[in-house]
This record gives sequence, structure tokens and C-alpha cells, in this order.
Amino acid sequence: MRMELGEWPVAGNEVDASGVELAIEARGLVKRFDGFTAVDGVDISVPKGAIYGILGPNGAGKTTTLRMLLGIIDPDAGYRRVLGCDHPTDAARRIGYLPEERGLYPAMKATEAIAFLASLRGVPLKEGRRRGRELLEAHGLGYAADRTIRQLSKGMAQQVQLLGTLVHDPDLVVFDEPFSGLDALNQGKLERMMRGLAERGKTVIFSTHVIAHAERLCDQVAIIAGGKVPFAGPVDVARDRLAPQVRLETRAQDGPWRAALPADARHEGAFWYFTLPASGVEPLLRALIEGDAGILSLSIERAGLHDAFVAIAGEAAARALEQDKEEERRR
Amino acid sequence: MMAEKVRAAFVVARRDFTAVIFSKTFLLFLLGPLFPIVIGVMAGSIGAQVQKDLDRPEIGVAMEGVQGQALIAARNAMADRMAGGVPDFVELKRLVPGERFDGRAALRQGPDRLAAVVTGTLEHPVLTGTPERVDMWQGIVSTFAARAREAHPGTFPAVQAEVVATSADQTRNGQVATAQAGQTLLFLLTMLLAGMVLSNLVEEKSNKIIEVLAAAIPMDALFLGKLFAMLAFSLVGIAVWGMAGGVLVLTGAKHLPLLATPAVGWPLFLLLGFLYFAMAYLLLGSVFLTIGGMASTVREVQTLSMPVTMMQLMVFFFASYALAHPGSAIEWSAVVFPLSSPFAMLARAAQGPALWPHLVALAWQGAWVLAIVRMGARLFRRNVMKSGGARKGGRLFSRLFARVATKREGPVTNAY
Repeated sequence: MRMELGEWPVAGNEVDASGVELAIEARGLVKRFDGFTAVDGVDISVPKGAIYGILGPNGAGKTTTLRMLLGIIDPDAGYRRVLGCDHPTDAARRIGYLPEERGLYPAMKATEAIAFLASLRGVPLKEGRRRGRELLEAHGLGYAADRTIRQLSKGMAQQVQLLGTLVHDPDLVVFDEPFSGLDALNQGKLERMMRGLAERGKTVIFSTHVIAHAERLCDQVAIIAGGKVPFAGPVDVARDRLAPQVRLETRAQDGPWRAALPADARHEGAFWYFTLPASGVEPLLRALIEGDAGILSLSIERAGLHDAFVAIAGEAAARALEQDKEEERRR
Repeated sequence: MMAEKVRAAFVVARRDFTAVIFSKTFLLFLLGPLFPIVIGVMAGSIGAQVQKDLDRPEIGVAMEGVQGQALIAARNAMADRMAGGVPDFVELKRLVPGERFDGRAALRQGPDRLAAVVTGTLEHPVLTGTPERVDMWQGIVSTFAARAREAHPGTFPAVQAEVVATSADQTRNGQVATAQAGQTLLFLLTMLLAGMVLSNLVEEKSNKIIEVLAAAIPMDALFLGKLFAMLAFSLVGIAVWGMAGGVLVLTGAKHLPLLATPAVGWPLFLLLGFLYFAMAYLLLGSVFLTIGGMASTVREVQTLSMPVTMMQLMVFFFASYALAHPGSAIEWSAVVFPLSSPFAMLARAAQGPALWPHLVALAWQGAWVLAIVRMGARLFRRNVMKSGGARKGGRLFSRLFARVATKREGPVTNAY
């Protein structure tokens, strides 16, 4: 299904400092709307073949960032390079985009809608129709191929649009809030589809306000809040921003070992919870043993992405994220 | 890159064209000309006024010695006291005794307003002109000639009639009528068709497909595609109406007034008419597409329709007015101003045989189409898609129309 690239610029070998080939590189992106700064100096490096999440509450600047990366709008400052092209629309044939607000021409038949989206990206109409039928069959929608979009349920229409996003076999697929409005079953289905794309060497970038999706799917994330990106990089690095949490169970209730516990230690039920000291686990263990704590169990848990988000973006952004989730649940 | 823009424009144009042609409302659209016929009748009265302004004929005088001057003096002395419009008398030539003057040749080659020629003597004047003109002016020539001979004439000389088939004046007036007819038809077609472009981008915005389009193709390709789709659609309509009109002409040709042959000849005039229609359509269409692109809802488009129609009327009236003032600064302004240029140039095609001005004008108009499309696409990206630098002006405009084209959709239950 690979398309001919024709006259289009071929991706350059953009690499980051560690030699990783990049699909997207953006530096210092700024976007203002009528005096309001929606995006303020965003830096993003998306490795080729990665699943990359842009994580933040609604209004943080996710969509604006994606739109700048796609060339729908131009930044007021900064630059972006997408698939080796200085202007993203020069690489349009190799990009697929599913916007948050989805829509198709209601009078078009499903096959025609997919073929139209393909033809926008340079696939001949006839070939687009053929691929459209194939994709619809493959996704159990063959029976709807000749129905107009108007005749389809909203969910089916969105599925048709997703197929239209992928019909030209893009190297980079951009999803804006793809899980918004999906039930759990279909969220799982979409997650599998995104993983499948990455396994085939495609770069996937998506925005979300749901941390769980980013945590499950992403190799790297950009945490965005108030138009700024305080963190962009591997998920593990984000989690490592927080010291691991220790859960300790002891036989002795009191004794000299208590002096080894850090100041944030709290006792809940049978357990003590505290942050692993910067000195590491060995000095802690030694002090507990020498202080006759009688260790029954000790576990060290790495911080989750949620905690990392709170630590990086701040409490207010985390609260906004929770509110967005709650609002979506209500809808 | 240009090839890609053209390809993308074609994709959009094909989608739009088929969407309109295969829609149920297409038949209704074909019935649309009933409306402009009514408008045409109204516009015709304005045309008649223009024609009246233009119809100020002159009678040339070529007589021996001072006889011509005496005839003109008699005319000037009596004109104010005579009912109806008395044409101006101008001395074409003061003849020496025995010299002959060819009135017919003067009418063929003379100034545009020359409608008849008086030769001979005051005792035996000869009036050369078309039958209607001779009938109309025989009496006044006789009266003026008698008055020129004596202050209180007792007898009036018989005026000998010399009839010609046509005159410079008649040709010119006929061509003016052709120019007016061409302008009116051009106006009606553009008014009927170009207005549809106003609502063209609302569909994409309400369907929310505009984001996908903007990410996939250059915005000016989207604009061009939409314009050319609507032009093609218009041409289908014109072809249908043209055929219907042709049948009408063939069945009732005897009852239809015949227009004078335009200066460039009918085949070229029709070709230029087609080209100027395309240009007028693209020019007005690109302006309307830009204006309509700023509207988010059908209601906003409806609000815009009236001022836009007024704008079309103003352009038409400007070009019509310019028609009555050939060679004036007004006419040149109408020729140069992009929106009125097709109308003014079509009028020129009816009245002047030179072809090169049309080539220049078509290139000029084409350049403006591209410029307006480009500007419209930039405005659309900046005001509607919210791209580009912060605006320095146009606050009212942006307050009225600027919208962020994204964010929020209603509750949905989807399936992937």
C-alpha cells in the first residue's frame, strides 16, 4: 500500500544530540491569538517510529501545537521541521491527521469519502476507491461502503474518517484527542491500532488529557500547561523526576531505627510510607537493621506518570486535568 | 509546488462540482434566471436613460460661402423656441463656389455623433441621412433655411431628401446598445452565479472538515478549487440557458430586436464575452469567497448577501455609467478597476475593433484573480484558522467575524 512519493521532498535525516532520527523537531514555537499567548516557546523532538503523547489539560495549547506542527497555522516565532521539510505542508502526502473535531461531507458515500481524503494526500481517485473498499472490508464495514456518511451512525462515520486518515499509508500520523468520546472497548481498539502503526515503523503523535493513555502507549511525552512545555522526553525520565516511594513494614513499633526514616515518613496501618532518600536504599537498609527495626517487608515503587505530571506541571494543571476527565465522563 | 497546488485545486473542484451537479437542488438552480429577467427589465430602464444621454446627434453643414454659418445662426436663434430636442448644427466645411461635398462619405467617416448632413443652398437644401432622420429633420432644416434667408420668411424651401442606409451615429448607437446588452447579460450571470460562492466555505466549516483540508493542501488551492468548481457549474447552467435561449431565438427570431454588429464582430465578441464572464465571475467570486470565508454560519452568510449584492450593483452601474463617457477618466477607471474591468472591456469590444487592449485586460484581470485568491487564503488562515502574525488593523472586522475554528464537539459515543 506504499504510495509513490513523486516530487515530494524526502525526509531528511534529522537527528537529536544522541543520534536518534527525528520525525518532528520543533524549537521555540510561539503562537499568540489577539494578544493571548496560547503556546509559549514549545520545544519538541519526536523520534521516528515512536508513539509520542502531548499531555495536558484542555486549553493548555495541545491542539495549537499540533496545528503548528501540521502547518494548519504558522507559528509567530520558532521553527518546526516535519519529516525533513521546513514547512509541514510540503510533507502533507506523508502525514495523516485526525482532528479532534471530526467531520466528513454528509452526502458522500463511505468509499468516496475515504477516496477523497486519499486524493487530498496525492493518491489517485481510482486507487483511493480501491483502498477504501479494502479498508472498509478489513474493518468489518464493507456493508456500509456505498452508504452515504449521512446514513451512518456517528461512530461509524468516525471510523470511516480514521480509515481515511490512514488510507495513504502515512509515515507520520497525528491524532488530536483521539480517545475523546470513545467507550472503553473502542479506546482499547484504538490503542492497539496505534501500537500497530508504531510496530510498522510509523511515527504516532497524539494529544490527550488522560494520563493513563499516555502512560500505556507512549515512548515519550511532552507535558504542556499554560502554553509551556516544562518537560519533553521519555516517559521513564519523567517518572524519574520524582524519587521512588518506599513502603516499609517492621516488627518493632519503635526504637532507634525510627531516626533513619526521612521527615516525610507517615504511618498508615501496618506500613510506613516515605520518599527514598537521595543517598539510596543501601544506607537506609543498614540504618534500619542496625536500629533493630525487624524488617518484615520493604518495597520501592517508582513514581507514576500522574505523580510526575503533578510534580512537573503543578497542582493546578493536575486539577484541571482531573476536571477535564470528570467533564468528559459526564458527557 | 505550483503543480501540486493545481492538482489539489482540481481535487477540491471535482468534489464540489460533482456535489452540486448531482444535488437535488440543481434543477431549481436552472430555473434561477427567472429572477434576473425581472432585474433585467428594471435595469433596462436605466439603460434607456443612458441611451438617451448618448443620443445627442449632430447635423453637419457643408454649404457655399456664409450660407452654412447663416443656417447655424438661424438654428441657434430658433432652437430654444422649438418643441422637442433640436440637434446641434456643426459646419463640416465651407465650400467655395462650384465645390461639391459628399454627404454620404461624411456620414460614413465623420464624427460619431454625426447623424445627417445638409448640403446644397439655402434655397435648395439637401438633407442626407437615414430615412428616419430625414423624416424627422426635413421640416426643421426647411424652417432654419427660410429663416437664414430672411428674418420673416413667407415661403419655406423644399428640402430634397437623400437617403442612406446607415450613418456613423446609427452604427455607434447600435453598438452602444450591443455593449449595454452585453454588460447587462454579464451582470445578470455574475449576479446570479457569483453570489453562490459566498456560502461555499460554510459547508466545510460546519462539517468540520476544514481542519483536514487545511492540513492536507495549501489554502489557496482550496480557494482556487472552489472557485473553478463553481465556474464550471455556472458554465453548465449557462450552456443550458443558452440552448433554451437559442431555441427561443429560432422560434421567434422575427419578433426579437436585432443588435448592431459589435466592432470586433460577433464571433470574437461572443468569445470575449465568455472570457470576460469567466474573469468577472472569478474576480467577484474570489472577493465573495473571501468575505464568505469569514462567516461561520448560514445566518452570517445571509446577512452578508445584501451588501454583497449592492456591491455587485454598484460595479455594474459604474461600468454602465462609464459606457456613456468613452475615453473619459471615468471609463479608464472602470477599465482599470479590476471588478468593473470585464464589464467595461466588453463594452469596448462592442464599440472598438482593437484587440490588443483585450489581451492586456484579460492578463490584468487574471493577475488580480490570483492576487485576490492569495489574499483571501491568507485572510482565511489568519482570521478563521487563526494563523499568522497578530493583526494591526481591522478590529471591527475581526470582532464581527473572527472565530477559532476548533475546539469542542458534543457528546459522542464512538466505535473504532
